[in-house]
Amino acid sequence: MRIVVPIKQVPETSAVKMDEATGTMIRDGVEAIINPLDLYAIEIAIQLREIHGGEVVAISMGPPKASIALREAIAMGCDSAILISDKAFAGSDTWATSNVLAAAIRRITIENGPIDLIVCGERATDGDTGQVGPGIASFLDLPVASYVCKINEITNGLCCVHRMVEDGYEVLQIQLPTVMTVVKEVASPRLPTLRGKQKAKKVDLTIWDVKNLALEGSKLGINGSPTRVVKIFRPSVARNCKKFIALDDNAIQAAADRVVGYLQEKKLI
Amino acid sequence: MDYKGIWILAEQSAGRVQVISHELLTRGRDLAGKRQTELTAVIFGNNINNNDLQELIERGADRVLAMEAFALEHFLIEPYAACMLHLITQYRPEIIIAGATSTGRTLMPYVAIKATAGLTADCTVLDIEEGTGNLLQTRPAIGGNILATIKTPKCRPQMATVRPQSTQPAPRQAGRKGTVERLQAPSHLLVSRMQRINFVKNQEEHGLAHANAIVSVGRGIKKGENLKIIHPLIKALGAALGASREVIDRGWLSYSHQVGLSGKTVNPKLYVAVGISGSIQHLAGMQTSENIIAINSDPDAQIFRVADIGVAGNLFDIVPVLAEKIRQARMIS
Repeated sequence: MRIVVPIKQVPETSAVKMDEATGTMIRDGVEAIINPLDLYAIEIAIQLREIHGGEVVAISMGPPKASIALREAIAMGCDSAILISDKAFAGSDTWATSNVLAAAIRRITIENGPIDLIVCGERATDGDTGQVGPGIASFLDLPVASYVCKINEITNGLCCVHRMVEDGYEVLQIQLPTVMTVVKEVASPRLPTLRGKQKAKKVDLTIWDVKNLALEGSKLGINGSPTRVVKIFRPSVARNCKKFIALDDNAIQAAADRVVGYLQEKKLI
Repeated sequence: MDYKGIWILAEQSAGRVQVISHELLTRGRDLAGKRQTELTAVIFGNNINNNDLQELIERGADRVLAMEAFALEHFLIEPYAACMLHLITQYRPEIIIAGATSTGRTLMPYVAIKATAGLTADCTVLDIEEGTGNLLQTRPAIGGNILATIKTPKCRPQMATVRPQSTQPAPRQAGRKGTVERLQAPSHLLVSRMQRINFVKNQEEHGLAHANAIVSVGRGIKKGENLKIIHPLIKALGAALGASREVIDRGWLSYSHQVGLSGKTVNPKLYVAVGISGSIQHLAGMQTSENIIAINSDPDAQIFRVADIGVAGNLFDIVPVLAEKIRQARMIS
């Protein structure tokens, strides 16, 4: 079984602080990590290889430092990794990103033979769109199962999965090759082993650029992206909060009375 | 031919039109008014209830395009995408709005690639840019720390998804006129390499989406065992239990409790935020609640900016007192 896992390096968003004066993100000291939701994709891919044999290839489109994320994927147990990096990719939206990742997967197929499965995280924690997984499938003309929470079995080129939807889960049977996007319930990510870390340190990463992928210039980066960010701002807030500071027992009693009064006034209790 | 008209993607389950469709009509009516153009509800399914299709007209659609086939009974990416692309090529809409549901969030990106369309996920505000007529799409980004406004200057259609429950359903106006077109899906579009062989309905149901009152907890409760401090308050208010992403990520509660951009969007009559600092990620999921009460140790926490009434102090001291006072107030009334 040959599996490709596209991953993304993201800022540790829970640590992101905003500069209140300028409304911009303070990036200093913010760690770059593997998108936490991609760890579930890496884990399930490794588990499938352990059952069915084959190999797991991690790929990432990003700046040169995204190689750190790919080495972490190898430390977890991926067999190899490819960094797709070129200045021409700067400013890519999800359309342009999906195009590049799909081209890379096509090239892997040409060089090393057919891929059975492409496993993506549900979304990246920075962009939060969840569009690139289905986007890759669309460029490759493959089916996509999104929100996969369980992989039941893979036999005779058919894959049976559970897909989480609003009020339950669907059981789907899909012909391979296919793309799937997975949610947290699919597996719990392992920690890198010492041996994995040593391998990750030594391994030569393959690096591909625009020329390697024979991509059309007009479809790359900001010029190849249908969407444009026109404004970034901090949200404004509308409500006028009546706020009570309650640091001692008297103040707590008084504040609680005011809240109860509010609930009664609004007929909420 | 120019691209013209606004579409919303209505959804059905077992032939019945889902409420997300009515919410999208509210968005669609607003945009169609600003663009002075026609609003179309597009829906895929099999034997869709006729009254429900008529109701789409009464709630604001000028036209309903219902494409039907046995293979469209449930969402399957390939036939749904092929049929939608078929309709886009034929009718050339300038804007398509869908719900950010498990269907919309899968179908829209798949279609947008093949249509070379711009797509923006999870928009909170949709507007029309004066002069150009471009769709302005505003959404939270970077973990909800900022809002970004995005447009698609050249490519058409312009596509966007919006969160379920982020708008009120469009009101029904009896006798409103429009056309309902039932179309038979061409069979060559119905090929699928994926089959739906079963569906299992959730047993666990907190009813967050339809609760009148929700009490949500955040990182301020410090550890999972401390959740028990919230229970008297939940009981006193008859509330459902929600949580911020931090609580889910730490494994203190299951994902189905999560309120926020990456969880559920809710708009109950009463939302009580306990120990939640109020990242935009969280606010995006609850700020349309009718009444918001916040309890947080940090008097400068963001959550107070969206609250109607707030108490700044130690939640472990405040919550039990408040729960008891509410319980007593209810016993008297």
